[in-house]
Amino acid sequence: MKRSIPLAITFLTGVFLVVSFFVPHEPFGALEQRLLIWFSIVSGFTMLLGVDNLLRSHGRKIGRRNPGWWHSVVLLIGFAATVVLGVLGRIHHGSPFHMQSPFMFVYTYTIVPLQGTMFALLAFFIASASYRAFRARNTVATLLLVSAVIVMLGRVPIGAAISEFFPAAQEWIMDVPQLAAKRGIQIGAALGAVSMSLRIILGIERSYLS
Amino acid sequence: MGSPVVMVIGTWLAGFLTLAILSFLYKDNPFYKLAEHLYVGVSAGYWLIYVAFFDVEPMLIDTFMTETGVEKWLILIPGALGLIMLSRWFPRTAWLSRWPIAFTVGIGAGLGITANLQGYVVPQVEATLIPLSGWNLVSLSNLILIVGVVTTLLYFYFSKPHKGVLGGAARVGVVFIMISFGASFGYTLMARISLLIGRLYFLLHDLLHVLD
Repeated sequence: MKRSIPLAITFLTGVFLVVSFFVPHEPFGALEQRLLIWFSIVSGFTMLLGVDNLLRSHGRKIGRRNPGWWHSVVLLIGFAATVVLGVLGRIHHGSPFHMQSPFMFVYTYTIVPLQGTMFALLAFFIASASYRAFRARNTVATLLLVSAVIVMLGRVPIGAAISEFFPAAQEWIMDVPQLAAKRGIQIGAALGAVSMSLRIILGIERSYLS
Repeated sequence: MGSPVVMVIGTWLAGFLTLAILSFLYKDNPFYKLAEHLYVGVSAGYWLIYVAFFDVEPMLIDTFMTETGVEKWLILIPGALGLIMLSRWFPRTAWLSRWPIAFTVGIGAGLGITANLQGYVVPQVEATLIPLSGWNLVSLSNLILIVGVVTTLLYFYFSKPHKGVLGGAARVGVVFIMISFGASFGYTLMARISLLIGRLYFLLHDLLHVLD
């Protein structure tokens, strides 16, 4: 029962979704939309598990006074303050996402700069990685180097100032060879996902039950 | 949130956090650690509120409160599955959480078939069936595109050894893949640099008022 019921649930939900896609009539027609709403609700509850895991992990660090435990205190304070401000925004403004809500202060002045700077920081690490990766050791490595340089130069004003070739070549690379390989990879990955989905629905792939 | 004092405090807070993250370029330090952990905590809180407000409240609670008849009671099924998911907190009943997991995996698998075929395979194949009429640059580009798609797919075909015609096609596929990776790399780097310029502009314009 511990394995057969979950396997049956997976089979039935998977088959219902596929059937409702191909049979857009009652009772299957509205089933897809209903199952997607149910999926969102169940997924919402999984957020609680994730948050619980995060809080427990950092609570343990604080309790054991692990090195850097005060970082965990900052994390917990940040989490608690955001949730409290979200709830206050819901109570006082009808929505935490109302522009006057204090929750949006956290979003605008904390999450946006932290996220933006975190990703901007990657520019330096990507540049450092490119120094190691972009070495013309053989023909294909040279192709990697040349296409990256053309795309980088073609997307900034200095590229056009050097030569009109760079913007035009950049556009052609993005529209033809880059698109071709990306399309091939996407088709391959999608077919792989379809076969994996079939394996899951038919109960051949069961690793999610362990 | 709109008062000038609040905006000034917010701008200084954002400026401090921006500099704290950028300080990692020197080395790992307490300011970076503080900003990093704050980011994780605040993001977790943000997404919890987001999910509660946009998913659970309108789809579950509001539906239960407003709907009548069968719909009112049907919506309790995902609610119950959600609560069963929380059985992982109790070791004796943790196995029950496989039911909602199986439900979400089943939905994901069902979508994995229909959405991938409808959203990726068919449109991408359709977009590759392009005209090769006449001797001009457009036809040449189209031919290169078709050759690129087919040879890239053949490169990832591992059911036969890459020898003979298949090996030759796979080698052509590698050329396209490397050009694509290089282009994607350059594109990503420029996007990150654009973000960096945005953060530097914030520091120099919004915080320090050095730039107009």
